[in-house]
Amino acid sequence: MPPPGGEKRLELRHISKSFGGVHVLHDVSLDLGASEVVGLLGDNGAGKSTLIKIITGVHRPDSGEIFFGGKRVDGLTVQKARELGVETVYQERALADQLPLWRNIFMGRAVAGRLGFLKVGDMRRMTAQLMSESMGFTSAVLTPDTVVKGLSGGERQGLAIVRALHFQADIIILDEPTMGLSLKETEKLLRFVEGIRTAGKSAIFIDHNIFHVYSVADRIIVLDRGRVAGQFPTSRYSLEELLDIMREVAAEGTFTEQERYRVADRPPTAPTAAGEEQE
Amino acid sequence: MNPAVATTTPPRPRGRLTAFTNAWASQIGITVAFLALWLAFVVLAPSTFLSDRIYLAFAQTVPYIAIVALFLTMVVIAGDIDLSFPSEMALGMVGFVFTWQATGSVELGILAALGVGALAGLFNGLIVTYIGIPALVATIGSWYLFRGLTLVLVNGKSYALVTASTAPSYDLLVGKLGGVVPMEFVWLLVLAVVAWLLLNRHRLGQNAYVTGDNGLAAGLMGIPMRRTRILLFVLTGVAAALAGLMNSFQIVNFYPTMGDGFQLPTLAAVFVGGTSVFGGRGTIYGTFLGAFMIGAIQAGIVAVGLTDYYTNFIYGAVILAAVAVHALLRRRFE
Repeated sequence: MPPPGGEKRLELRHISKSFGGVHVLHDVSLDLGASEVVGLLGDNGAGKSTLIKIITGVHRPDSGEIFFGGKRVDGLTVQKARELGVETVYQERALADQLPLWRNIFMGRAVAGRLGFLKVGDMRRMTAQLMSESMGFTSAVLTPDTVVKGLSGGERQGLAIVRALHFQADIIILDEPTMGLSLKETEKLLRFVEGIRTAGKSAIFIDHNIFHVYSVADRIIVLDRGRVAGQFPTSRYSLEELLDIMREVAAEGTFTEQERYRVADRPPTAPTAAGEEQE
Repeated sequence: MNPAVATTTPPRPRGRLTAFTNAWASQIGITVAFLALWLAFVVLAPSTFLSDRIYLAFAQTVPYIAIVALFLTMVVIAGDIDLSFPSEMALGMVGFVFTWQATGSVELGILAALGVGALAGLFNGLIVTYIGIPALVATIGSWYLFRGLTLVLVNGKSYALVTASTAPSYDLLVGKLGGVVPMEFVWLLVLAVVAWLLLNRHRLGQNAYVTGDNGLAAGLMGIPMRRTRILLFVLTGVAAALAGLMNSFQIVNFYPTMGDGFQLPTLAAVFVGGTSVFGGRGTIYGTFLGAFMIGAIQAGIVAVGLTDYYTNFIYGAVILAAVAVHALLRRRFE
């Protein structure tokens, strides 16, 4: 059975997951449209990272369905998810410190011939190109053979992002991408997330910081204790309203503005002249 | 889409020379240590270390530890370790002896030995990755297990291999190339090239490095960690069986406790060569030189005129000195 709204790039339906008897996710459904940036907010332990790991194939859900481009996908693995165009920026956690830049860029996706022998020259060249064109690494000391250990926090983040982008991902997941970044670097990152939408790709942006998420997301999904507490198009909710709702959710696990919730539950509209729709 | 992301590069007090030393610190370290040890031997025992006889002797004896050390290096880079290889050397020989006696074919015996080595390695890989026993503990267990199996299967007996030694394939393993160069050394060179290619120019090596450096990242990025680790144990098992064949063929005898004398020297060769016990770092070049350092010590001590009682002391000094050089270089350049 195809899901309604088959143009969705990604759809999760009734996903549940528990670890050792603890329900981490309970009946979570969400979708992601083309050219849409969804912000995922929630406290520690809300289930954000588990949800991400289900989308990226690291964990299997106990129940529920996952659709990519309207097609149901069973037995999702990391490799499969990457083939389906999901790339994740796990900040520096997913970098191998002692290895050179080129081995990090091509981690899990080495360019190799038929017998599995690496095309090291190609990968070095592509890395050098990415470094100068996309990462803004201009220092002559940084070469594709530099080990990651010597990079600054911002350089590492840039590396992780460029790695995700290089492989033509349709869905880019950013897991706490602003953590440890300077103010200037954060600004660059947010501009970059906007670039994802402009390029017609989709993104899920996870962060603790509602100010960062609000500024770039089309829609914000609030997770609380393994459930979706609500979805809020940023075109309909002001930052102040969202802050109030977040506080309420944190205190009570739900929020009471039923009227608003129903409105928000409709398919998100394009972020037009948003202000006018609000009273 | 190629938006410039983040990252201004702050000026750093590093030049091209330091970048070079950075990348090669480990190799430079082991090379210096190797040359220092060699010079010490040349100065203290010139008549021995300036003649070719000693080097031809090393070319025959060092490969027994070096061949296993090459593949053990990859296991350690991937974050595991294998202590069971001495027993794999002997268990492989059981495969040889049984097959050779049943069929009369030395060639089939060799294949059987390599096959048994592969199976033993597979067993290690499976219990480490699927049951999740840390490799250090698991391979202590399998070291006893394989040794015990060997003793039970041959009933504690030794086998003379004199009648096998006329086969052409016998010479292929332990003969002399051009009547001079031991075949053990030729095989070592071939396998060193193979191991270097696998580690540096093949998916297997890429996956081994990433697995050992950051297993969490490897999982998130979809690296087939289990397959990689199992395959490395299998390769080590095959290498151990080959070393077992060579050593037994050379002495024309198989005794069921063979191999245990190689355990610590082989491990020492890997670590003297700069491989990190924590995984993610190590080179074939380092292990190659490390094996020759370790392999030269015993003969060197005798040639220098010290009694054999010094052997362990000097082993310890060399191992610690080499590992200390690696640690200091790492701190200095990274």
